[in-house]
Amino acid sequence: MSDAVAHSSHDHGAPAGFVNRWLFSTNHKDIGTLYLIFAIIMGVLGGFLSVMMRWELAEPGIQIFHGLASMVYGVEGDAAVDAGKQMYNVFTTAHGLIMIFFMVMPALIGGFANWMVPIMIGAPDMAFPRMNNISFWLLPPAAILLVISMFMPSSPGAHGVGGGWTIYPPYSTTGQPGPAMDFAILSIHIAGASSILGAINFITTIFNMRAPGMTLHKMPLFAWSVLITAFLLLLSLPVLAGAITMLLTDRNFGTAFFNPAGGGDPILFQHLFWFFGHPEVYILILPAFGIISHIVSTFSKKPIFGYLGMAYAMVAIGVVGFIVWAHHMYTVGLSLNAQRYFVFATMVIAVPTGIKIFSWIATMWGGAIELRTPMLWAIGFIFLFTIGGVTGVQLANAGLDRALHDTYYVVAHFHYVLSLGAVFGIFAAWYYWFPKMFGYMYNSTIARVHFWVTFVGVNLIFFPQHFLGLAGMPRRYIDYPDAYAGWNMVSSWGSYISAIGVLIFLYGVFEAFARKREAGANPWGEGATTLEWQLSSPPPYHQWEQLPRIK
Amino acid sequence: MSKTSRLRLCATAIATLIAPAALAAQPEEWQFGFQRAATDVMEQIIWFERYTLVFLVPIVLLVMALLAWVLIRYRASVNPVPSRTSHNTLVEVVWTVGPIVVLLFLAVPSFQLLTKQYSPPTEPELTVKATGYQWYWGYEYQTDDGEEIVFDQIMLRDIDRAEQQKQDLEIYPRLLSVDNELVVPVDTTVRVLVTAGDVLHSWAVPAFGVKMDAVPGRLNETWFRANKEGLYYGQCSELCGKDHAYMPIAVRVVSREDYDDWLVAARSDVGEANRTLIATLEARRSLANLNEE
Repeated sequence: MSDAVAHSSHDHGAPAGFVNRWLFSTNHKDIGTLYLIFAIIMGVLGGFLSVMMRWELAEPGIQIFHGLASMVYGVEGDAAVDAGKQMYNVFTTAHGLIMIFFMVMPALIGGFANWMVPIMIGAPDMAFPRMNNISFWLLPPAAILLVISMFMPSSPGAHGVGGGWTIYPPYSTTGQPGPAMDFAILSIHIAGASSILGAINFITTIFNMRAPGMTLHKMPLFAWSVLITAFLLLLSLPVLAGAITMLLTDRNFGTAFFNPAGGGDPILFQHLFWFFGHPEVYILILPAFGIISHIVSTFSKKPIFGYLGMAYAMVAIGVVGFIVWAHHMYTVGLSLNAQRYFVFATMVIAVPTGIKIFSWIATMWGGAIELRTPMLWAIGFIFLFTIGGVTGVQLANAGLDRALHDTYYVVAHFHYVLSLGAVFGIFAAWYYWFPKMFGYMYNSTIARVHFWVTFVGVNLIFFPQHFLGLAGMPRRYIDYPDAYAGWNMVSSWGSYISAIGVLIFLYGVFEAFARKREAGANPWGEGATTLEWQLSSPPPYHQWEQLPRIK
Repeated sequence: MSKTSRLRLCATAIATLIAPAALAAQPEEWQFGFQRAATDVMEQIIWFERYTLVFLVPIVLLVMALLAWVLIRYRASVNPVPSRTSHNTLVEVVWTVGPIVVLLFLAVPSFQLLTKQYSPPTEPELTVKATGYQWYWGYEYQTDDGEEIVFDQIMLRDIDRAEQQKQDLEIYPRLLSVDNELVVPVDTTVRVLVTAGDVLHSWAVPAFGVKMDAVPGRLNETWFRANKEGLYYGQCSELCGKDHAYMPIAVRVVSREDYDDWLVAARSDVGEANRTLIATLEARRSLANLNEE
């Protein structure tokens, strides 16, 4: 490309034409928007799967999945019941993979971090804009492969990957010989490659492109959280890639990494998987931590309390997150000493997490709090994350986990930290930055109704699941003994209410773009001190042509 | 231990207020807590769960109260001029050290519980091997004379209820009852060797506080010592395919004498031995009811 061409595109803002602007985009804000649209679409799909599961579980017995299976796969009678049972497992698997890889990660990292990190650190764009483009465009094919896998043969007479998002062998090798599993493995591979490229981009950008005067210790906490997340991605995803490659060769090329008949060990996969999987759950929540810090500070009109403590608490969570993986495996037959170690290491994480919760409250203490929409979501986040956190402390104890492992107690726990933690973080960020990103103000009444409907709905879903788990109801069950019917019914009603919340959210987005209320550069007032609020809303196509100076 | 038992007492007192006690060897409707324990290990698990709540519920309430307080006291209309405080070394030390102390209080009984789960009180007096298959359990008893007692445990089909004398849905609930229960004597340390023949499964009985994954190529060992006679149910606890929800586990704990009789009969015909055992237990139960009247 000649200098003249490069120069003219810089001067004239967004390139003309849909294809040039959106498909070939190298602009971090446009790519961020693409990520957000993708995350919304996939979130609706993943949410649809979960509502179908809750509908199924509303009453004992098989309610809908034999019918769904006969609609989708064209089978009848007993074959439809069998296909329905497998289909339920396919739904749980796809729900997990979609929500993790195609909803939360694209929203927080690809979407908000792509949009805001360069602006917040005073950089004109990401370090590798073209790599940014491919990071995004790898995701739709990955998602399509996963969706295709739901319709491919797996076990004899069945369709789709039904082994859960953890895809443990041998069920994911000899248990499901059909091509569905290969499609899913390829999908995870591509999504993983996308994330690794994104991580490299963020690390390079944050280390090299901060504005003059912005030392690491002056950097906004959201940039800190994304930096740590990027390191976790960079260190953990290759391990997952290795594990699923071994799965692939076990399936197709006669290796026996996980096959005891050939000297392999199925537990090896679990170790590799959770060496990735545990950092992964921090990858999902850390960016939300950063976002909540900004929102709490903005609407309290106070600087963040204990900034350095907050930053290094996240570093500590990231580091310790790598040495606790086998707390997902207390029942696989680990030695007593190994379990003791993992109990101890896991409990340590409660300390930096506690520092974060208390520091958020201390940030509010003495502030002039305005309870505007993003703040509402942020406070909801803090409260619900605390509940998910304390059940996590319980589950850390191997002796207690013996009774709770693989029950609904675990489902309740990780949905409190992820569905009510990460997702509340996403919505908080959405309502915080929406006016900045798109230049329009949403209707705050609709946004508040969205919050309250969602808050009631998700608590109705997940709080009763604690009781189900204590009573012993195992996870990933299409049908349950009749005694579990009561709380399951409550949980299902919660799910329908939450689904209404999603519709309210979508209507709110539509309404904001239809009404086009100008937001102005800084709708949040004096408390909003990070660099993005110094730009117009939406920001110019290329910002910081004059680099900001941080004193 | 005396300190622990004092803590235990206090914890139990508080926890009974929080979680109404569950009263079954199988789940009950609208149950809030664990199933009733049939082993010392499970009793200690139940105690420990309540003990953790003694610390964790106040922490949640504290966070809730602090959030409520700042929202009331420091809302912009009441406190229009925000402070600029962003550091306070003392409180930062307090909220770092405080959780560490709480964790220590949790860790001590936690490690005791974990160690207990790996320390059977006696040498195992009976060894049973449980093998998970898609989608049922296979059992083998280790016998002194090498004569085999081997049977499969398959979920009870409705059409077989009459033949097996298992029509009472209270005792033999849907999805939990099986054709052949695992029969073990009461007050006996039973070693269970758990493995799988095809994919992963997990052998779990909530009332015993036992859950052990069944892994092809591995022989995992666990144990339990039931202290009450009765029929205890569990379910497969590791996703294993389409009928994961349909491979329950049922353990019938009986007196030593009944077990010995069953064992002799089971050597020739397990199904017949089970029917005889059920008939004996039923007869004894009706007699007891009669005497009460």
